[in-house]
Amino acid sequence: MTEVSTDTPMIRVSAVDKYFGSLHVLKDINLEIPRGQVVVVLGPSGSGKSTLCRVLNRLETIDSGAVAVDGVPLPEEGRALAELRADVGMVFQQFNLFAHKSIIDNVTLGPIKVRKLGKDEAREEGMRLLRRVGIADQAEKYPAQLSGGQQQRAAIARALAMRPKVMLFDEPTSALDPEMVNEVLEVMAGLADEGMTMLVVSHEMGFARRAAHRVLFMADGEVVEDSSPETFFDSPGSERAKDFLGKILTH
Amino acid sequence: MQVLIDNYHLYLRGLGTTLQICLYAGLLTLVVGTFIAGCRVAPLTPLRAFGTAWVTVFRNCPLAVVLFFMAFGIPALGINASYFVFGTIGLALYTSAFVCEAIRSGINAVSPGQAEAARSVGLGFGQTLRLVILPQAVRSIIPPLGSVMIAMIKNSAIAGAFGIGGDLYAVGIRQSSAQGEEIIPVLLGVALGYLIITIPAGLLLGYVERKVAIAR
Ligand SMILES: Nc1ncnc2c1ncn2[C@@H]1O[C@H](COP(=O)(O)OP(=O)(O)OP(=O)(O)O)[C@@H](O)[C@H]1O
Ligand SMILES: [Mg+2]
Repeated sequence: MTEVSTDTPMIRVSAVDKYFGSLHVLKDINLEIPRGQVVVVLGPSGSGKSTLCRVLNRLETIDSGAVAVDGVPLPEEGRALAELRADVGMVFQQFNLFAHKSIIDNVTLGPIKVRKLGKDEAREEGMRLLRRVGIADQAEKYPAQLSGGQQQRAAIARALAMRPKVMLFDEPTSALDPEMVNEVLEVMAGLADEGMTMLVVSHEMGFARRAAHRVLFMADGEVVEDSSPETFFDSPGSERAKDFLGKILTH
Repeated sequence: MQVLIDNYHLYLRGLGTTLQICLYAGLLTLVVGTFIAGCRVAPLTPLRAFGTAWVTVFRNCPLAVVLFFMAFGIPALGINASYFVFGTIGLALYTSAFVCEAIRSGINAVSPGQAEAARSVGLGFGQTLRLVILPQAVRSIIPPLGSVMIAMIKNSAIAGAFGIGGDLYAVGIRQSSAQGEEIIPVLLGVALGYLIITIPAGLLLGYVERKVAIAR
């Protein structure tokens, strides 16, 4: 085991290119996220935000370049990759809770099967996390019985149960009814305050201003702007960003 | 009909042998078919290629040819066992292609987000399949799988025709041609024997379908 120095970035993306057939979705992406940083990614539909997010735990493979998490290059498909994914929490737009398992079983499956925790210990920890996201009373229900906001909070608890080093969120609130958006954003802001390293694809400006240290603006597979939330929202540098902000602000 | 009454013990034993063939072949084909289905959805290209080749061969080869190979090809290679063993294995291998496809289509009916969530929690391929995908796929696997199994029970007659000996089909042949009994009652007896297996199998299938439909 080599000691990982504290200035190793949590995520390092170097010269990554990704194609879907002939479509160039990620163009020479370079990105370093230090530990503890909260990064919000935004940009028009189809600009490659989800793909960037999914490349970080190799749900999508890349065509060239390199991705490293906490100093470890992403392994090929197999056991080592599964181990790395256990350290990277992911929250999906559509929640993707395991439909055949109760909420508490959703949360404890990974700790029991991957982390080899005892059932009781996993359950105790799982209930603690469900209390934290405010749905402890829903523990025995099935995902379909919960509201969207509750499901997404359960999905966050499921990811946290693995004690991840970094959390990825791909539009965690865009499938939710408006009145449920805040309960999810609250949980995320709490995580950010505790120093979790986070990459959040989201157009929620309030969240970005409050919790983000850094905003990436993507267009056509490129990172067009990389700045603080204040700079980005108040005085964006590029025409494309101005144009984009004009569109999301009028809605 | 006197022939059936006089020889009922032959028919009963035939029924027992056919049941045995179906039981062993059924268990074996479930194991092999599930394994091949796993190969077909695996992230490794060689495994997928192997699974595809397996299904292509066994789905497109007539059962009689597979059984012919088991009856005469395998012994010619110097491997010896009773034809009961070879016939049962041949039937199971042939059926495994259909079992595989029933399972695979069930797997494909589960939303891909489920597998992505499982993998991103750190579950390996086998765990993802076993703990997350298959339990959700069961519901859509059962009906086609049941049809495959019932087809297999009927196909066991072809294995009988190759000379497993003593199964329902073989009893019918011996009674009618070797012992010169009247053909119609003999065939009725044989048909009745198969119905005694397949009809309860169909009822069981319907019961299981209803059972998995509510469980959730
Ligand atoms: N599996 C796939 N196969 C082929 N093309 C894909 C696939 N996934 C995404 N794409 C294409 O790649 C491009 C980038 O997609 P991506 O989902 O990363 O965009 P996005 O920025 O997340 O968009 P949105 O805001 O709509 O979610 C799009 O043009 C999309 O159509
Ligand atoms: Mg997206």
